[in-house]
Amino acid sequence: MLRLDLDSSKVDLCHALAERVARNVSEELSGRSTVTIERTVARLFGVEGVSPSGVPLANVLVDHLISLGRIEDGIAVHLANACAVLDLTPEEVAAKVAAKEVDLGSLPWRGTEECREKARELTEIALAKIRARREEREKLLEAYPVHGRPWLYVIVATGDIYEDITQARMAAAQGADVIAVIRSTGQSLLDYVPHGATREGYGGTYATQENFRLMRAALDEESKRLGRYVRLVNYCSGLCMPEIAAMGALERVDLMLNDAMYGILFRDINAERTLIDQRFSRMINAYAGIIINTGEDNYLTTVDAVSSGHSVVASQFMNYHFAHLSGLKDEQIGLGHAFQIDPKIEDSFLLELAGALLVRELFPSCPVKFMPPTVHKTGDIFFAHALDASFNLVSVATGQSIHLVGMLTEAVHTPLLQDRYASIRAAAYARTAARHLRQDLRLEKDGRIERRAHEVLDKALSLLQDVQDKGLFRALEEGVFAGIRRKRDGGKGLEGVFSKGPAYFNPVEEGLKRELGIS
Amino acid sequence: MNRDKDKSAQGAERFILPYGDHRGDGVVQVSFTLPLPDGPLGDEAARQVMRQMSLAEPQIAESVSLGENYTFYVGYGKLSRPVDTSKLKVARPLWDKIEPVQVEQMVMERLGRPIVVVGAATGSDAHTVGLDAILNYKGFAGDHGLEAYSCFRVVNMGSQVPNEELVARAAREKADAILVSQVVTQGNVHLANLTNLSELLEAEGWRDRVVLVAGGPRITHALALELGYDAGFGAMTRPQDVASYLAQEVLRRKSLY
Repeated sequence: MLRLDLDSSKVDLCHALAERVARNVSEELSGRSTVTIERTVARLFGVEGVSPSGVPLANVLVDHLISLGRIEDGIAVHLANACAVLDLTPEEVAAKVAAKEVDLGSLPWRGTEECREKARELTEIALAKIRARREEREKLLEAYPVHGRPWLYVIVATGDIYEDITQARMAAAQGADVIAVIRSTGQSLLDYVPHGATREGYGGTYATQENFRLMRAALDEESKRLGRYVRLVNYCSGLCMPEIAAMGALERVDLMLNDAMYGILFRDINAERTLIDQRFSRMINAYAGIIINTGEDNYLTTVDAVSSGHSVVASQFMNYHFAHLSGLKDEQIGLGHAFQIDPKIEDSFLLELAGALLVRELFPSCPVKFMPPTVHKTGDIFFAHALDASFNLVSVATGQSIHLVGMLTEAVHTPLLQDRYASIRAAAYARTAARHLRQDLRLEKDGRIERRAHEVLDKALSLLQDVQDKGLFRALEEGVFAGIRRKRDGGKGLEGVFSKGPAYFNPVEEGLKRELGIS
Repeated sequence: MNRDKDKSAQGAERFILPYGDHRGDGVVQVSFTLPLPDGPLGDEAARQVMRQMSLAEPQIAESVSLGENYTFYVGYGKLSRPVDTSKLKVARPLWDKIEPVQVEQMVMERLGRPIVVVGAATGSDAHTVGLDAILNYKGFAGDHGLEAYSCFRVVNMGSQVPNEELVARAAREKADAILVSQVVTQGNVHLANLTNLSELLEAEGWRDRVVLVAGGPRITHALALELGYDAGFGAMTRPQDVASYLAQEVLRRKSLY
């Protein structure tokens, strides 16, 4: 068996440090909520539509509450009060607010207790809907089991959901286990979620609830035809993490990109905003039975993969503990890493093997996600294909769980039909050809691979010690991750963070915490 | 893309054909997908595609069904009409590729201060890979980025920067050069965005005061000129190319080169 001889006391120490970092941040931010969290509550109460001018009704409601100066109470009680007084559904109330027929501030008040009770009823209905989708997935997985490991994960990104569907069905039939619909460029910076089926996007397709529904329905059909459940991926990252988590939960998306720090580093979203939003969005992911994917692989696109491999590992420990605090089980935490070492370096293959094996062994129950080389790919598609072959082999040999299939044309364009085919075929070949390689190989004691893994773990440990000493916010200010510096009060979306007032109430959070057994 | 390569092209043959495994065989390899099921009709359609590409003796080496009635073809054909290299018009910037040390020396001696470069990926574009490769210290393919040069002061604004913000920042920094990166090209959104920037600078009345450069995998020098830019850098560009160009162009405008 291919196995590293890791020092378990160091691993335990990494866990202890990362847990403290996550807990400190969580406690520090527990008194705050955000506009997207409140919109999520509205959405889960059934407010899914848009106003006649195209503004999502969830935004209309929350903006209205802000204009009344009552956002510090949270949306739930005010919406529940309006439903009780007017005898309308939450969505009907929102439509009337949009039409300026109802002013939440001038309705008679039914009292805190009655409003909270009504809000709890609405919450139970929402949680039951999410539970039903989760059970549906479990049944489908039983009927159409997935045997191949790692799961082959490919991307579609045409901008047109109907084109995406055709390409996704083809990819599934060719052997893909997981289909990700890449989002339109820039969606992460929108402080609302677009609505309806969309046929135009840039570099990807908008994440909308209707697009989720259409794609999931097409993949259900394909799963049935293939006798193998094909999973769907979308992205919680950006300014609307929890809203998209809720949409994914309601439409049975199976995996969601959800990283505690990605938005801060790579989209310059405010640190507090992201850390508050990720906590709540991950509770929804947890309850929906969704597997989250973290984005540490991205670090290696801005810093060198040899000298900064440890920052990936340190971040994984933190993402792991942030995820635990939100009630995600190990089986739902798909920590990300990548094959990005310069192929010109001697023994680069050994270094990649060491890194991949280290991540596998540090998080044995997590469905770790391995990302393909991109940085050192050029227009030489033939070499790119050869590089992917090495990546495929490392992935299989180290027992990765989710394998994002590399594209030979990565540096040229979004994948053509034939690119996806060629790449899936190469990955499927490695998966079959090297199926039991990990079982039959053993490492040279203190050889290059083991030495590299130990070095990365040691450096990750000292980085975690440093982050724990400074606190996460200062570490971000100093550019510890990906070499990118972010100020606590900088970035986009801070204006959407508010302090909870004495009467603040979020019944969805309360219900999720109860169901997930977290505090 | 530079004069050195130009010189090496001298003495090349005037009429050329692709080289497969012997001179003048004209062999071309193609691969493409057709919206047809795998079968005799698809094969013939694939050969016809190649004929319409002026490829003689089209051969389909492989056809693979991709599902949903799409088929992938790998084909070989021969180009019979040679390319007359003397008739080609090649757009290229007029600059020499020079060594980083020389760039630094030249700028500091003649200009006496660093060249100020403001760079951004503009509009909705979230990709900074190309911009970072050119600007960041680390650079690309073993070639250090502009930050590594003592003769450049680099302001890297990152991604998703509105054109207005870029222009305002460039004014504040008294930029000598603006570098714009555009990666996403769906629906030609990059063209509209690039044009908008050069128009914006024109309207502000100081288009002539800065060297305006576009970069990205789909950008060519000819395209950049067409859009009102001074230069364009596409795939295969190294930081040294951009450094060489900027040094020479900035100095040239001040009659120092």
